[in-house]
Amino acid sequence: MKSALEIAADVRSGASSAVAELERSLSVIAQRNEALNVFLHVDSEGARAAATRVDARVARGEDVGALAGVPVAIKDNLCQVGVPTTCSSRILEGWRPPYSATVVERLVAAGAVVVGKTNLDEFAMGSSTENSAFGPTRNPLDPSRVPGGSSGGSAAAVASDMTSISLGSDTGGSIRQPAALCGLVGVKPTYGLVSRYGLVAFASSLDQVGPFARSVTDAALLLEVIAGHDVRDSTSLPEPAPSLVARVNDGVAGMRIGLVRELVDGADDSVAAAVHAAADALRAAGAEVVDVSIPELGLTLSAYYLIAPAEASSNLARFDGVRYGRRVDADDVTSMMEATRTAGFGAEVKRRIMLGTYALSAGYYDAYYGQALKVRTLTINAFARAYGEVDALLGATTPSVAFKFGEKTDDPMAMYLNDVFTIPTNLAGDPALSVPFATGEEGLPVGVQLLGPGRSEARLFAAARVLEIADGRA
Amino acid sequence: MTLPTNWEMVVGLEVHTELLTKSKLFCGCANNFGSEPNTNICPVCLGLPGSLPVLNREAVEFAMRIGMALRCTIAPSTFHRKNYFYPDQSKDYQISQYDLPINAGGYLDLPDGSRVSIERAHMEEDTGKSTHLGGSGRLAGADSSLVDYNRCGVPLVEIVSGPDIRSAAQARVYAQELRAILIATGASDGRLEEGSMRFDANVSVRRSGEPLGTRCEIKNLNSLRSLQRAIDYEALRQIELIGDGGVVRQETRHWDENVGETSTLRVKEDADDYRYFRDPDLVDLAPDQDWQDRVRAALPPMPAQRRGEVVALLASPTEAQLDAVEVVIDLGLEKYVHAVAAAAGDAALALSRAANEIAADIDHVDRLTTEAFATTVAMEQRGELSATQAKTVLASLLDQGGDPRSIAAALGFEQLSADSLGATVASLIEEHPDEWQRYREGDDKLAQFFIGQVMKVTKGQANGKAVIGELQARR
Repeated sequence: MKSALEIAADVRSGASSAVAELERSLSVIAQRNEALNVFLHVDSEGARAAATRVDARVARGEDVGALAGVPVAIKDNLCQVGVPTTCSSRILEGWRPPYSATVVERLVAAGAVVVGKTNLDEFAMGSSTENSAFGPTRNPLDPSRVPGGSSGGSAAAVASDMTSISLGSDTGGSIRQPAALCGLVGVKPTYGLVSRYGLVAFASSLDQVGPFARSVTDAALLLEVIAGHDVRDSTSLPEPAPSLVARVNDGVAGMRIGLVRELVDGADDSVAAAVHAAADALRAAGAEVVDVSIPELGLTLSAYYLIAPAEASSNLARFDGVRYGRRVDADDVTSMMEATRTAGFGAEVKRRIMLGTYALSAGYYDAYYGQALKVRTLTINAFARAYGEVDALLGATTPSVAFKFGEKTDDPMAMYLNDVFTIPTNLAGDPALSVPFATGEEGLPVGVQLLGPGRSEARLFAAARVLEIADGRA
Repeated sequence: MTLPTNWEMVVGLEVHTELLTKSKLFCGCANNFGSEPNTNICPVCLGLPGSLPVLNREAVEFAMRIGMALRCTIAPSTFHRKNYFYPDQSKDYQISQYDLPINAGGYLDLPDGSRVSIERAHMEEDTGKSTHLGGSGRLAGADSSLVDYNRCGVPLVEIVSGPDIRSAAQARVYAQELRAILIATGASDGRLEEGSMRFDANVSVRRSGEPLGTRCEIKNLNSLRSLQRAIDYEALRQIELIGDGGVVRQETRHWDENVGETSTLRVKEDADDYRYFRDPDLVDLAPDQDWQDRVRAALPPMPAQRRGEVVALLASPTEAQLDAVEVVIDLGLEKYVHAVAAAAGDAALALSRAANEIAADIDHVDRLTTEAFATTVAMEQRGELSATQAKTVLASLLDQGGDPRSIAAALGFEQLSADSLGATVASLIEEHPDEWQRYREGDDKLAQFFIGQVMKVTKGQANGKAVIGELQARR
């Protein structure tokens, strides 16, 4: 399987074509999608037209862009004009957005070919894709196990070689956790680095779009393409995309990295061992690794499960059957809205809407949502204090390797705990990535998490690249 | 209307005004009244999944103008979401300022010298408009409903007064003065009939010296007349209720203009819990000093000041003249009066011509220069034009512009010089000795007789005042 960088180079040089690369991608999808349930919609027709356009531009001698002819899978909570967008929910069945997300526009502008929309936990709420209304996605490394979630489809697309890169979204770990479970690099960028325009919101203050890739360099390449200021997103950072690919080989010599006790405690032995081995590899490459404790991180899971549902309860109010998507008719408008939402939303979405509505209610706001905001401030300050001492932090991405279907579906708390290591950085708005390192139980991949202060993506990629090399992956 | 002895009403007003921005509050759609339904819409104001709001800079500027005109402090502010399900609200939440409004702590001085405090003037987005078909015409019981989202996302400023108003008449004057200020700032057109300005009134009553009573809020009053009538009705209703041993419930009430009564819309216990929280899609708003200074510097004089400047031109203004001043200020016509005054002309005459003749054809006011107006008034003042002729000349100027002298000449309004008028008057005195004798003995009514005779002879081209002048000179 070629990397995105290689595909783009081949398409630009004429050694390959966008159409040939797309057909290879479509044939893998044809072979494996039925068993794995990765794509909810494969846009063969649109993708072929796009690939043909790329090849025509190459033939005319135009500079097609950094992702020339690279097939890309996108999570089905990103809008693409005219292409069904469901968020894996019955409530949006049949809806085709009249506009494209900024990240999709940027992919197309860079010459990429969007192949289709991947499965996710409904409205990105979940850690296994078991909450999809259209069935779970299977982990390509072991189909009896989950690929993680919520961006499980986008992770599985790359892990099964359907595409070399894909886009997901990360609200509490939804890119990093499936990346870890599928043996990929997954990045949650600094809040505001990537435009959220056209990403169907789950929790607006936490959501970020980010890349999946097999290699650190491909992840950096994809992030470079989608990052940068967007006037359509008020929370977008004001500056253009940072230079990332050019810096992946900067190394870690002289870098001070904190191994965070709270991001390892509670992990399986094999996962903890991988993190410690990663620390050794970073030391060997010239970094200073020190032990760090950030006790505030113990409060973040509870805070997250108040803030994210609170925002979701408001963000998902618009799915009322009046303007688009599904409508269940009833006698009057209130009953219609109620019937539509009852039929359209799955159990986990309803659970979180209720949690969030409660947390914001008069009389409870201060005790729940208000208190959670205070914890969020504590978390931001705690990370800032840590970054006063070290350049980056190291920990596990998930407590365990990929788990089996049904293992946690009966116990929401057990499922929520799967995000305990990834959630803190979403609350802080800082970047973090997961990079595969060593293997755990059953020979399944383990993800090691690197975290840094806002806008430190280049540094995190450099450290991840060191681990990638030390692990014999490049 | 007066309340029973020892009773006092306490009123606070919440006034919503649409801003005259080119585009909506959070998207680039046109902010136009009267377009075909659902033509000024886009993914953002339709609240399509994935769309995001971006604050309109012009709307912030207009909100600041309103705040500054109301002597508010411009403060760093935030936007919240007010969550409730309603079909004409595309996101099922309204973006509104909540605990930190852009404008706070101002006041409005009324022409009668009273002062009403302004608690806040905050920004929010308007909702769409529902039309309910069948049934009562309200949502409940309708056969079907249509929603027009053109208005959804139109910028509003809500101006909340303190509970400082003590009568329905004062509430009306406050609303009028506020409307004049909004128009003067250029932020709003103040058109009540198009709903670009709407009132909610909080009304309570108490016996003099007692603490504040329980208030009722009357929603969606769309005219000054409704505002005044509804407040009076509501205060009396509460007084009667208390007099009968009842207790006022805190509730929202609806005013029926046809019946002339308020009725319960919903009681407080049923009130929605709006679950306000900071909108995470928007960032804090903190206009810097430089921006504020520029907005303040560009703010035109407010009605109170402009009114004072016109009144100062009048010797001892009559009630009718003060009304004319209101018309002139409301329509922004005072520059015509000042132009006449600056040329040492008759300001009272100019005021009357502006409040009547110019106001009558206000849509074409751009065709009338202050010079042409001043010349016309001067001609009338000198007796070169009769009142009727002067009005005709002004109408012609408003119709097609031009030079008043040429127009007067073209219309055949020949100058009736003082000499020829004198000769005409003298010969008429000779022809009517009896009438002249009675006039000389003090019967002033006979002046009208002579004016009539002069008009007959001159075919209406004489100036009545000039005739009286001639008569008095010979008395």
